[in-house]
Amino acid sequence: MASAEPGNHAAVPEAGVLPLRLEGVSFEVDGLALLDGIDLELGPGPLSVVLGANGAGKSLLLRVCHGLLTPTRGQVHWCGAGAAQAADRCAMVFQRPVLLKRSAAANVDYPLRLRGVPKAARRDRIERALRATGLVALAERPARLLSGGEQQRLALAQAWALSPQVVFLDEPAAALDPPASRALERIVRELADTGTKIVMTTHDLEQARRMADEVLFLHRGRLLERAPNASFFDRPESAEARAFLEGEPAP
Amino acid sequence: MGDAFAQAFGLIARLDPDLFEIVSLSLRVSLTAVGLACLVGLPLGALLGITRFPGRRAVVVVVNALMGLPPVVVGLVVYLMLSRSGPLGSLALLFRPSAMVIAQTVLILPIVTALSRQVFEDLWREYGEQLRAFGASRLRAAATLLVEGRYPLATAVLAGVGRALAEVGAVIIVGGNIAHLTRVMTTAIALETSRGDLSLALALGLILVGLSIAVNGAAQLLQEAAGRGVG
Repeated sequence: MASAEPGNHAAVPEAGVLPLRLEGVSFEVDGLALLDGIDLELGPGPLSVVLGANGAGKSLLLRVCHGLLTPTRGQVHWCGAGAAQAADRCAMVFQRPVLLKRSAAANVDYPLRLRGVPKAARRDRIERALRATGLVALAERPARLLSGGEQQRLALAQAWALSPQVVFLDEPAAALDPPASRALERIVRELADTGTKIVMTTHDLEQARRMADEVLFLHRGRLLERAPNASFFDRPESAEARAFLEGEPAP
Repeated sequence: MGDAFAQAFGLIARLDPDLFEIVSLSLRVSLTAVGLACLVGLPLGALLGITRFPGRRAVVVVVNALMGLPPVVVGLVVYLMLSRSGPLGSLALLFRPSAMVIAQTVLILPIVTALSRQVFEDLWREYGEQLRAFGASRLRAAATLLVEGRYPLATAVLAGVGRALAEVGAVIIVGGNIAHLTRVMTTAIALETSRGDLSLALALGLILVGLSIAVNGAAQLLQEAAGRGVG
């Protein structure tokens, strides 16, 4: 598969932007803390799954990490040598992809053009991203006529083509049927295997179990647990996580 | 009455030169005005639609209110500006097509601005976060949304075309309805009706209604194309 191709990342090695460090990050709206004093360091490597109930603050946490939202308190630091260009080194995939009214290939081209990638290199990267996401045959299809699963894969292709160091995925499979969801998971895993740091949210336990190298459990805006996959699912430490895994209301 | 209709169709059928001189001036004045209004109104609509600044809501309220400007009042104000003793009197534009273009531009500008502001605002709600995540500047985002929203934006522009072609109050004040110089469809209809030359008035009326139907039909088609979400 395309994921194994060494050329996916830019030929010139880039300065790293990780770890990403959050210090005492809170996000308050009208005095209500939607994120509450989060301290977190995300280094390269493990596929991190942010797990939690609806309204736990998962999407918000991702947006704060990416820089789409500024926390009302606390700091978000990119720490690697490339920290100054961190915004160019990460990509975001939303729950509902917003695609432009043009072909699938043109949708992958758009963010590349925004970042000033030269034309010859763009063609190459589009081709590779579409191949990695299984969309080559649909390259010239209007993006908005693709199925939900294909659209979400296209959103992933947009991220893939940017060769980012970090990809944030916000409930990427929440609106997909099980086969489309599995197909997406495989691509995300392949992307992770190229060395891209993945941070994704989900409220789907089975998906978290399949995907996560490590789980970050978020409850009412607070980061209650951070543990490797097996130990989180086998021996959750907090009562809240135990209740969530059992499908019970939070204590 | 029947005679007047017959003569009106006759004028159209034999492409009466006076008739078509009037029609062509109408189109030239109104389309130029709409073009100018778009040059200013679309960027202004984008600015109001996708940026937030103090006082923005007040500006939106004012622009919306200006959509209902009475053409005669616009005509009067532009007349005062352009009259010999007015601030722009030295340009000697009054009673020329340029004055009519200016008046109609003033009339159409709020329409294009307000309607496109709404379009840009809706598009921004849909695309904004994604475009920001891509790292697009507001200027770049506006250019992208101009393309993405081309059908609803074209509908906004067509609303301006319809208004410009149909209005009489502004152009009659600043243009003066001078034969072969500033006589357009609406002013000619007003004059010929009052003089009793119903055939020319009717012929122009038929053409005006035909244009209005064409403009609205085009708007309808564009809305359907936008609804299909392809384009």
